[in-house]
Amino acid sequence: MTAAAKPGLVGQSVTRKEDGPLLRGQGKFAADINFPNQLYMRVVRSNYAHGNIVSVDLAPALAIPGVVAAWSFADVSEIPPIDFRLTRLEQLAAYRQTILAKDKVRYVGDPVAVVFAEDPYLAEDAAEHVEVEIEELPVILQADGEIGEFRDGLPTETALIEKGYGDVDGAFAKAHAVVSLSLSIGRHSGVPLETRGAIGRYIAETDMLEMYGAAKVPHWNRDQLAKMFGRTAANTNLFEGHVGGGFGIRGEMYPEDVLVCLAALRLGRPVKWIEDRREHLIAANHSRQQTHHIRAAIDRDGNILAIDNEFFHDQGGYMRTHAATVPDLAAAMLPGPYRIPAYRVLGHIRLTNKTPGGTYRAPGRYESTFVRERLLDAVAAKVGISGVEVRRRNLIATSEMPVTRALETLGTDIVLDSGDYPKLLDKALNGIRWDDLQTQITSRRKAGELVGSGVAMFVEKSGLGPFDDVRINVGTDGLVEVITGAASVGQGVETVIAQICAEKLGASYDNVSVIHGQTNRIARGLGAFASRVSVMTGEATRQAALKLRDKALAAAAELMQLTADQLDIVDGEIVRLDGGTGPSMTLAEIAKALEPGGNLVGDSEPGLFAEASFESKHMTYPYGVHVAVVSLARDTGGISVERYLVAYDIGKAINPMLVDGQIVGGVAQGIGGALYEEFTYDDRGEPLAVTFADYLMPTAREVPDVEVIISEDAPSPLNPMGLKGAGEGGTNAVGAAIAAAIDDALGQPGAITQLPVSPQRVKALLNAKV
Amino acid sequence: MSDKTDITLTINGQSHAIRVESRRTLADAIREDCGQTGTHIGCEHGVCGACTVLVNGEPVRSCLMFAQQADGKQIRTVEGLADGDEMHPMQRAFMENHGLQCGFCTPGFLMLAVGVLEREPDISDHDLVDVLSSNLCRCTGYQNIIKAVRAAAVEMRQS
Repeated sequence: MTAAAKPGLVGQSVTRKEDGPLLRGQGKFAADINFPNQLYMRVVRSNYAHGNIVSVDLAPALAIPGVVAAWSFADVSEIPPIDFRLTRLEQLAAYRQTILAKDKVRYVGDPVAVVFAEDPYLAEDAAEHVEVEIEELPVILQADGEIGEFRDGLPTETALIEKGYGDVDGAFAKAHAVVSLSLSIGRHSGVPLETRGAIGRYIAETDMLEMYGAAKVPHWNRDQLAKMFGRTAANTNLFEGHVGGGFGIRGEMYPEDVLVCLAALRLGRPVKWIEDRREHLIAANHSRQQTHHIRAAIDRDGNILAIDNEFFHDQGGYMRTHAATVPDLAAAMLPGPYRIPAYRVLGHIRLTNKTPGGTYRAPGRYESTFVRERLLDAVAAKVGISGVEVRRRNLIATSEMPVTRALETLGTDIVLDSGDYPKLLDKALNGIRWDDLQTQITSRRKAGELVGSGVAMFVEKSGLGPFDDVRINVGTDGLVEVITGAASVGQGVETVIAQICAEKLGASYDNVSVIHGQTNRIARGLGAFASRVSVMTGEATRQAALKLRDKALAAAAELMQLTADQLDIVDGEIVRLDGGTGPSMTLAEIAKALEPGGNLVGDSEPGLFAEASFESKHMTYPYGVHVAVVSLARDTGGISVERYLVAYDIGKAINPMLVDGQIVGGVAQGIGGALYEEFTYDDRGEPLAVTFADYLMPTAREVPDVEVIISEDAPSPLNPMGLKGAGEGGTNAVGAAIAAAIDDALGQPGAITQLPVSPQRVKALLNAKV
Repeated sequence: MSDKTDITLTINGQSHAIRVESRRTLADAIREDCGQTGTHIGCEHGVCGACTVLVNGEPVRSCLMFAQQADGKQIRTVEGLADGDEMHPMQRAFMENHGLQCGFCTPGFLMLAVGVLEREPDISDHDLVDVLSSNLCRCTGYQNIIKAVRAAAVEMRQS
């Protein structure tokens, strides 16, 4: 059947379905959800980074009127530790976190006890009356220092990540030169504006456990909670409301999610927990902190013959749901867009006495892109060519696509599916008028300014499978409901899925609503991570919408006594392709005819609906170029990002306005990690960034007007629309590009070896130069 | 601790007679005692600005003000911006310029921007960015927020 040429919604920057309620103050975020008779939970957290728990006395808290219950580990000892969701390695199981600390605390913020009270202020008061005695132990704060003991003889080096291919040693033996660097990335994280929150509720009459405040992976968390409590998925449901930013950290299963549900089951009352900001900064997943020692073997022209890398990943106190995900991605994605004939990497996953880690937007890639791109710049300096030229020489050519990397990550083989990397580099350089920019920089330097530019390239990954299901229902009112197993963390999922559904079905965009994050509406779902939703849920939506279209047209043909190929659906109305007049029909009328007992039902299942599953074994690989221009203040070392350009090829943009928004927002977070944000600790492991006055996120003053080039040169061959994910390309190379630009402004190639770059560091480098 | 005082909060023209402890923040009172949950709490220490409301026309961080301090004053929150179905020019500009993603910081930005532009309609671009840099957004990278506020400023001056 041929679909008539219609003005496509896919590719249009339509305004978002999400915006109305959010702009009117009608959002339903976790803190906005209340149930009658609810209790409030407050967590008592360790004030020590490492220690033996000598005693936990709950009695003083329990004595306060209005306090209903209080627990320490002894009260929850039957609950298993929180399991791994991704990148499981069996040897890591012993390092999982229990929902309350058993006999040791391992970071400041480790949950030791929990209190439940009639009022949140009272719960906070009561928590201060829980008496916790801890015998302090020496702390480990360096992931690349000596290995310590986790417990029972288990070392704090929890696992090694080893990957590679080709003859690395042979390449180094015959190399023209070897370039070696030691590089570090600071500890920072997603830090969404909405803190975490969870509301547990048990409905005894139907034996139903519910949790509100879910995000990202509600189905996985439902299955886990059911397993931990000895329940079934059928009588456990999770509900996602509005979510105030995800960025990797939100929605993973944390101790607090389990505690509110356990309390709801035990206490028979709804239990609400809303995290405060200090808690968030010490208890929710940190990310990024790694130190790399990397070497490249090169020939005389700056072609890379081999890369050998050893790195240390600072995981903090426990292995959380991501298990080895972040270091695994860092190791697997490090080769980037370059032709690296031989590669070897050894990653050490180390526990320290800091907040445990997980993923943060472009996990492992922000880190390894910084490392690889610093290496490329060092190679350029070594052979005396420009940063642009060294990249051109090493980029994979389009003729080589697809490229199988002989590396795997997230359970998939890395196959770079499509791309024209050199072309995108040209687009980026043309976009920023590179030659003019260099002329301007030269003249400004002559006038005494410290100004410089840097380029960084990267390959992202997106569209992680293995499956996504979608069901589309058309009601007798003509409203179209798309039920997905996806999740929304604020990125515009409802909008892009509605665009695809409306275009492929022929419905009006305004009449399509999109369900996500509701485990009672669809049996399974993988949620929103790894830039997967547009690709996986998007393609499943396309398939279901086309099936539904065929079904509707077949029914219409019967009712209108025409053949289906004479008909089309436009804005929810069945029209004749030949433009002929006569009785017309709407999707609503077809839905009525297909109702139970309707005149068209016959032997098939009643209802105007269709279902589809999309399965994919491989990820799709978008790619990008970042260009940064910075200036430095000679007196203070202050760094300002004057210009920033991102060129990103995502195959096909469903909604360019939203893609642009993802990229610009991602850049802002990348700038945070490059220049401002860092979780620092004193030498006893006391966290020093516990408020927004210490943990500095970029404001409207620090983020430049980012120039964005959305490129569609390389549609993915893995799905018919050619989609690749948009979520992480804005963040990926910011540290790398800004480091290169600061080097250039300083006139000191290779000066920046560590993120974030502080004004003090720049000042010290300026002083050293004199 | 449980000494409570009777106060009246006037929110978007509507009176709410409530009984609060002295330590109760205005943000909690607006949300929990008056049921206006459009005002969000992002940090509880006055940095992020998600809880910004207008008190007697001035943008205020409602997490840093006690409810009792707002007794009898005129409070405006995000719920009061639209005129029925008709959105305020600032709300419309945020939608048209993609000035929000997750929407959590949005009510604070809307109230900050409306408060400042009502008081200073001809504010310079430089000062406007300065004002907007007092609130935090984690999704948008700010550029679309700045564009939206500029667009709304033009419309608000004309009306």
